[in-house]
Amino acid sequence: MEKKLPTIEIIEKYCKGCHICVEFCPTKVLEMQGFVAAVKNLEACIKCMQCELRCPDFAIKVKP
Amino acid sequence: MAFDYDKYLRPGKLPHIWCPGCGHGIVMKGMIRAIDTLGLKKENTAIVSGIGCASRLPGYMDCCTLHTAHGRAAAFATGVKMARPEMTVLLVGGDGDGTAIGGNHFIHACRRNIDMTYIIMNNNIYGMTGGQFSPCTPTGAKASTTPYGNPDPAFDVAKLAIGAGATFVARGTAYHANQIDKLITEAIQHKGFSVVEILDDCPTTYGRRNKFKSVIEMMNRLKDIAVPVKAAEKMTPEQLQGKVLTGILYKEDKPEYCEQYAKVIERAQGGAK
Repeated sequence: MEKKLPTIEIIEKYCKGCHICVEFCPTKVLEMQGFVAAVKNLEACIKCMQCELRCPDFAIKVKP
Repeated sequence: MAFDYDKYLRPGKLPHIWCPGCGHGIVMKGMIRAIDTLGLKKENTAIVSGIGCASRLPGYMDCCTLHTAHGRAAAFATGVKMARPEMTVLLVGGDGDGTAIGGNHFIHACRRNIDMTYIIMNNNIYGMTGGQFSPCTPTGAKASTTPYGNPDPAFDVAKLAIGAGATFVARGTAYHANQIDKLITEAIQHKGFSVVEILDDCPTTYGRRNKFKSVIEMMNRLKDIAVPVKAAEKMTPEQLQGKVLTGILYKEDKPEYCEQYAKVIERAQGGAK
Protein backbone atom coordinates (compact mmCIF):
# COMPACT_ATOMS: atom_id res chain seq x y z
CA MET A 1 0.00 0.00 0.00
CA GLU A 2 1.28 3.40 -0.90
CA LYS A 3 1.97 5.70 2.01
CA LYS A 4 -0.06 8.90 1.99
CA LEU A 5 2.33 11.80 2.23
CA PRO A 6 1.43 14.93 4.19
CA THR A 7 1.74 18.39 2.71
CA ILE A 8 4.07 20.76 4.50
CA GLU A 9 3.43 24.34 3.51
CA ILE A 10 6.14 26.84 4.42
CA ILE A 11 5.15 30.48 4.06
CA GLU A 12 8.46 32.02 3.05
CA LYS A 13 7.25 35.54 3.71
CA TYR A 14 6.75 34.68 7.39
CA CYS A 15 9.83 32.50 7.95
CA LYS A 16 12.66 34.29 9.74
CA GLY A 17 15.13 31.41 9.58
CA CYS A 18 15.41 30.65 13.31
CA HIS A 19 16.24 26.95 12.69
CA ILE A 20 13.75 25.75 15.35
CA CYS A 21 11.77 23.54 12.93
CA VAL A 22 14.92 22.08 11.38
CA GLU A 23 16.47 21.21 14.76
CA PHE A 24 13.37 19.85 16.47
CA CYS A 25 12.14 17.69 13.59
CA PRO A 26 12.81 14.15 14.84
CA THR A 27 13.22 12.70 11.35
CA LYS A 28 15.13 15.55 9.69
CA VAL A 29 12.51 16.34 7.09
CA LEU A 30 13.36 20.03 6.92
CA GLU A 31 16.50 21.93 6.04
CA MET A 32 17.58 25.51 5.62
CA GLN A 33 17.75 26.79 2.07
CA GLY A 34 19.37 30.17 2.36
CA PHE A 35 17.50 32.11 5.03
CA VAL A 36 14.28 30.10 4.99
CA ALA A 37 13.27 26.57 5.92
CA ALA A 38 12.42 24.12 3.16
CA VAL A 39 11.25 20.53 2.86
CA LYS A 40 14.13 18.18 2.10
CA ASN A 41 12.82 14.69 2.67
CA LEU A 42 9.02 14.50 2.78
CA GLU A 43 8.99 10.67 2.79
CA ALA A 44 10.54 10.68 6.28
CA CYS A 45 7.73 12.78 7.78
CA ILE A 46 5.90 11.01 10.61
CA LYS A 47 3.28 13.79 10.99
CA CYS A 48 4.26 14.57 14.56
CA MET A 49 3.45 18.25 13.90
CA GLN A 50 6.39 19.43 16.01
CA CYS A 51 7.44 21.92 13.32
CA GLU A 52 4.00 23.47 13.16
CA LEU A 53 3.68 23.52 16.95
CA ARG A 54 7.06 25.13 17.57
CA CYS A 55 7.32 27.57 14.67
CA PRO A 56 7.18 30.99 16.37
CA ASP A 57 6.36 32.75 13.11
CA PHE A 58 3.17 30.92 12.02
CA ALA A 59 5.13 29.95 8.89
CA ILE A 60 4.53 26.18 8.79
CA LYS A 61 1.27 24.42 8.08
CA VAL A 62 1.20 20.64 8.01
CA LYS A 63 -1.76 18.85 6.48
CA PRO A 64 -1.49 15.17 7.38
CA MET B 1 -5.63 17.85 11.64
CA ALA B 2 -3.56 20.96 11.44
CA PHE B 3 -4.68 23.76 13.71
CA ASP B 4 -6.06 26.81 11.93
CA TYR B 5 -4.52 29.79 13.69
CA ASP B 6 -5.61 32.21 10.98
CA LYS B 7 -9.17 32.54 12.24
CA TYR B 8 -7.89 34.20 15.41
CA LEU B 9 -5.35 36.45 13.69
CA ARG B 10 -5.94 39.88 12.23
CA PRO B 11 -5.52 39.58 8.50
CA GLY B 12 -2.50 41.29 7.02
CA LYS B 13 -0.67 41.76 10.32
CA LEU B 14 1.85 38.93 9.95
CA PRO B 15 4.82 38.56 9.83
CA HIS B 16 5.10 39.78 13.43
CA ILE B 17 7.87 42.01 14.76
CA TRP B 18 9.48 39.43 17.04
CA CYS B 19 13.07 38.41 16.30
CA PRO B 20 14.00 35.06 14.74
CA GLY B 21 13.70 32.37 17.41
CA CYS B 22 11.81 34.52 19.93
CA GLY B 23 9.47 32.34 21.96
CA HIS B 24 6.67 34.92 22.12
CA GLY B 25 5.20 33.49 18.91
CA ILE B 26 5.09 30.03 20.49
CA VAL B 27 3.28 31.44 23.54
CA MET B 28 0.83 33.29 21.27
CA LYS B 29 0.05 30.04 19.49
CA GLY B 30 -0.56 28.36 22.85
CA MET B 31 -2.88 31.17 23.81
CA ILE B 32 -4.83 30.84 20.55
CA ARG B 33 -5.21 27.08 21.12
CA ALA B 34 -6.46 27.75 24.66
CA ILE B 35 -9.01 30.28 23.39
CA ASP B 36 -10.13 27.75 20.79
CA THR B 37 -10.36 24.89 23.31
CA LEU B 38 -12.62 26.94 25.55
CA GLY B 39 -14.65 28.16 22.58
CA LEU B 40 -14.34 31.79 23.66
CA LYS B 41 -16.07 34.30 21.42
CA LYS B 42 -13.86 36.99 19.91
CA GLU B 43 -16.26 39.76 20.88
CA ASN B 44 -16.32 38.49 24.45
CA THR B 45 -12.57 38.17 24.94
CA ALA B 46 -10.40 41.14 25.84
CA ILE B 47 -6.64 40.97 25.53
CA VAL B 48 -4.86 43.76 27.36
CA SER B 49 -1.15 44.55 27.31
CA GLY B 50 1.32 47.22 28.34
CA ILE B 51 4.48 48.08 26.45
CA GLY B 52 7.25 45.76 25.33
CA CYS B 53 7.95 42.95 22.92
CA ALA B 54 5.39 40.61 24.47
CA SER B 55 2.90 43.46 24.69
CA ARG B 56 2.75 43.65 20.90
CA LEU B 57 0.76 40.42 20.97
CA PRO B 58 -2.78 41.96 21.08
CA GLY B 59 -2.05 43.75 17.81
CA TYR B 60 -2.06 40.43 15.99
CA MET B 61 -5.09 38.93 17.69
CA ASP B 62 -8.55 39.35 16.22
CA CYS B 63 -10.27 39.87 19.59
CA CYS B 64 -11.14 42.92 21.67
CA THR B 65 -7.66 44.28 22.33
CA LEU B 66 -6.15 47.08 24.32
CA HIS B 67 -2.53 48.25 24.11
CA THR B 68 -1.93 50.52 27.08
CA ALA B 69 0.75 52.40 29.02
CA HIS B 70 3.92 50.67 30.20
CA GLY B 71 3.17 48.32 33.09
CA ARG B 72 -0.44 49.46 33.36
CA ALA B 73 -2.09 46.46 31.70
CA ALA B 74 -3.52 45.27 35.04
CA ALA B 75 -5.05 48.68 35.78
CA PHE B 76 -6.75 48.97 32.38
CA ALA B 77 -7.85 45.34 32.47
CA THR B 78 -9.40 45.86 35.91
CA GLY B 79 -11.47 48.64 34.37
CA VAL B 80 -12.58 46.39 31.51
CA LYS B 81 -13.52 43.57 33.87
CA MET B 82 -15.40 45.83 36.29
CA ALA B 83 -17.42 47.39 33.47
CA ARG B 84 -18.09 44.10 31.69
CA PRO B 85 -17.77 41.25 34.21
CA GLU B 86 -19.05 38.72 31.65
CA MET B 87 -15.96 39.22 29.47
CA THR B 88 -12.93 36.95 29.58
CA VAL B 89 -9.98 39.22 30.22
CA LEU B 90 -6.46 38.13 29.35
CA LEU B 91 -3.41 40.18 30.15
CA VAL B 92 -0.13 39.70 28.38
CA GLY B 93 3.22 41.25 29.06
CA GLY B 94 6.86 40.67 29.64
CA ASP B 95 8.85 40.44 32.85
CA GLY B 96 9.97 44.08 32.76
CA ASP B 97 6.47 45.31 32.04
CA GLY B 98 4.87 43.08 34.66
CA THR B 99 7.29 43.00 37.56
CA ALA B 100 9.28 46.24 37.37
CA ILE B 101 7.35 49.10 35.82
CA GLY B 102 4.01 47.43 36.48
CA GLY B 103 5.13 45.70 39.68
CA ASN B 104 2.75 47.61 41.88
CA HIS B 105 -0.22 47.05 39.58
CA PHE B 106 0.71 43.38 39.36
CA ILE B 107 0.81 42.70 43.10
CA HIS B 108 -2.38 44.61 43.77
CA ALA B 109 -4.24 42.86 40.98
CA CYS B 110 -3.10 39.60 42.61
CA ARG B 111 -4.29 40.80 46.01
CA ARG B 112 -7.69 41.82 44.68
CA ASN B 113 -8.27 38.42 43.12
CA ILE B 114 -10.21 39.84 40.19
CA ASP B 115 -11.14 37.20 37.60
CA MET B 116 -8.44 37.71 34.96
CA THR B 117 -5.54 35.72 33.54
CA TYR B 118 -2.11 37.30 33.40
CA ILE B 119 0.35 35.66 31.02
CA ILE B 120 3.86 36.85 31.83
CA MET B 121 6.46 36.00 29.19
CA ASN B 122 9.64 35.99 31.21
CA ASN B 123 12.62 36.36 28.90
CA ASN B 124 14.92 37.66 31.66
CA ILE B 125 15.48 41.04 30.02
CA TYR B 126 13.97 44.22 28.57
CA GLY B 127 14.08 43.24 24.92
CA MET B 128 12.43 46.09 23.06
CA THR B 129 14.16 48.99 24.80
CA GLY B 130 17.66 47.67 24.18
CA GLY B 131 18.53 44.84 26.54
CA GLN B 132 18.54 46.56 29.94
CA PHE B 133 18.45 44.21 32.93
CA SER B 134 15.03 43.52 34.44
CA PRO B 135 14.05 42.21 37.88
CA CYS B 136 14.04 38.73 36.33
CA THR B 137 17.61 38.86 34.99
CA PRO B 138 19.54 36.15 36.84
CA THR B 139 22.42 37.14 39.13
CA GLY B 140 25.66 37.43 37.16
CA ALA B 141 23.97 37.63 33.75
CA LYS B 142 25.01 40.37 31.37
CA ALA B 143 22.71 43.02 29.99
CA SER B 144 23.38 46.30 28.22
CA THR B 145 23.21 48.12 31.56
CA THR B 146 25.12 45.42 33.49
CA PRO B 147 28.09 44.69 31.19
CA TYR B 148 30.09 43.19 34.09
CA GLY B 149 27.29 40.97 35.35
CA ASN B 150 24.07 41.68 37.21
CA PRO B 151 24.61 41.93 40.99
CA ASP B 152 20.89 41.73 41.84
CA PRO B 153 19.05 38.53 42.72
CA ALA B 154 16.14 37.79 40.38
CA PHE B 155 12.44 37.79 41.18
CA ASP B 156 10.67 34.45 41.24
CA VAL B 157 7.48 35.63 39.49
CA ALA B 158 5.42 32.63 40.59
CA LYS B 159 6.37 33.02 44.27
CA LEU B 160 5.76 36.76 44.04
CA ALA B 161 2.27 36.10 42.66
CA ILE B 162 1.48 33.53 45.35
CA GLY B 163 2.76 35.88 48.06
CA ALA B 164 0.68 38.74 46.68
CA GLY B 165 -2.48 36.64 46.80
CA ALA B 166 -3.06 35.30 43.29
CA THR B 167 -5.31 32.24 43.51
CA PHE B 168 -3.95 30.32 40.50
CA VAL B 169 -0.27 30.28 39.65
CA ALA B 170 1.33 28.15 36.94
CA ARG B 171 4.59 28.09 35.08
CA GLY B 172 5.55 26.74 31.69
CA THR B 173 8.30 27.27 29.16
CA ALA B 174 8.44 28.12 25.48
CA TYR B 175 10.17 24.76 24.90
CA HIS B 176 7.21 22.84 26.33
CA ALA B 177 4.87 24.20 23.68
CA ASN B 178 2.24 21.52 24.21
CA GLN B 179 1.84 22.44 27.87
CA ILE B 180 1.30 26.18 27.33
CA ASP B 181 -2.28 25.90 26.05
CA LYS B 182 -3.22 23.48 28.83
CA LEU B 183 -1.93 25.83 31.53
CA ILE B 184 -3.65 28.85 29.96
CA THR B 185 -6.90 26.88 29.56
CA GLU B 186 -6.91 26.00 33.27
CA ALA B 187 -5.97 29.55 34.20
CA ILE B 188 -8.89 31.00 32.23
CA GLN B 189 -11.28 28.47 33.75
CA HIS B 190 -10.17 29.37 37.27
CA LYS B 191 -12.35 32.01 38.91
CA GLY B 192 -9.96 34.56 40.34
CA PHE B 193 -6.66 36.15 39.42
CA SER B 194 -4.53 33.63 37.55
CA VAL B 195 -0.88 34.10 36.74
CA VAL B 196 0.83 31.98 34.09
CA GLU B 197 4.54 32.60 33.87
CA ILE B 198 6.08 31.32 30.64
CA LEU B 199 9.87 31.15 30.62
CA ASP B 200 10.95 32.44 27.27
CA ASP B 201 14.07 33.07 25.27
CA CYS B 202 15.42 36.34 23.94
CA PRO B 203 18.18 35.42 21.52
CA THR B 204 18.81 39.00 20.38
CA THR B 205 19.40 40.92 23.59
CA TYR B 206 19.90 38.19 26.22
CA GLY B 207 21.35 35.22 24.35
CA ARG B 208 23.94 37.20 22.44
CA ARG B 209 25.38 38.80 25.58
CA ASN B 210 25.31 35.62 27.65
CA LYS B 211 27.20 33.25 25.38
CA PHE B 212 24.29 31.31 23.99
CA LYS B 213 25.43 30.22 20.56
CA SER B 214 22.00 29.76 19.07
CA VAL B 215 18.25 29.79 19.60
CA ILE B 216 18.40 26.00 19.89
CA GLU B 217 20.85 26.25 22.80
CA MET B 218 18.47 28.64 24.56
CA MET B 219 15.52 26.32 23.94
CA ASN B 220 17.49 23.35 25.24
CA ARG B 221 18.39 25.33 28.37
CA LEU B 222 14.67 25.78 29.04
CA LYS B 223 14.24 22.04 28.58
CA ASP B 224 17.09 21.29 31.02
CA ILE B 225 16.08 23.62 33.83
CA ALA B 226 12.36 22.76 33.82
CA VAL B 227 11.17 20.14 36.31
CA PRO B 228 7.47 19.21 36.54
CA VAL B 229 5.98 19.71 40.00
CA LYS B 230 5.22 16.00 40.45
CA ALA B 231 8.76 14.92 39.48
CA ALA B 232 10.21 17.51 41.86
CA GLU B 233 8.49 15.86 44.84
CA LYS B 234 10.82 12.87 44.49
CA MET B 235 13.96 14.95 44.07
CA THR B 236 16.41 16.12 46.74
CA PRO B 237 17.18 19.83 47.28
CA GLU B 238 20.63 19.22 45.73
CA GLN B 239 19.07 17.81 42.58
CA LEU B 240 16.72 20.78 42.39
CA GLN B 241 19.57 23.28 42.50
CA GLY B 242 19.31 25.60 39.50
CA LYS B 243 16.01 24.06 38.34
CA VAL B 244 12.61 25.69 38.06
CA LEU B 245 9.30 24.01 38.74
CA THR B 246 6.74 23.87 35.95
CA GLY B 247 3.07 23.02 35.94
CA ILE B 248 0.35 24.26 38.26
CA LEU B 249 2.15 25.56 41.33
CA TYR B 250 -0.72 26.93 43.38
CA LYS B 251 -4.48 26.92 43.34
CA GLU B 252 -7.08 27.98 45.87
CA ASP B 253 -10.61 29.34 45.94
CA LYS B 254 -11.19 32.79 47.36
CA PRO B 255 -14.00 35.33 46.93
CA GLU B 256 -13.74 37.05 43.55
CA TYR B 257 -13.53 40.85 43.38
CA CYS B 258 -16.35 41.60 40.89
CA GLU B 259 -18.81 39.57 42.97
CA GLN B 260 -17.65 41.23 46.18
CA TYR B 261 -18.03 44.64 44.59
CA ALA B 262 -21.53 43.81 43.38
CA LYS B 263 -22.42 43.09 47.03
CA VAL B 264 -21.02 46.48 48.04
CA ILE B 265 -23.24 48.16 45.44
CA GLU B 266 -26.22 46.20 46.72
CA ARG B 267 -25.51 47.25 50.31
CA ALA B 268 -25.02 50.89 49.32
CA GLN B 269 -28.36 50.88 47.52
CA GLY B 270 -30.03 49.47 50.60
CA GLY B 271 -30.72 46.05 49.09
CA ALA B 272 -29.21 43.93 51.85
CA LYS B 273 -30.80 44.39 55.25
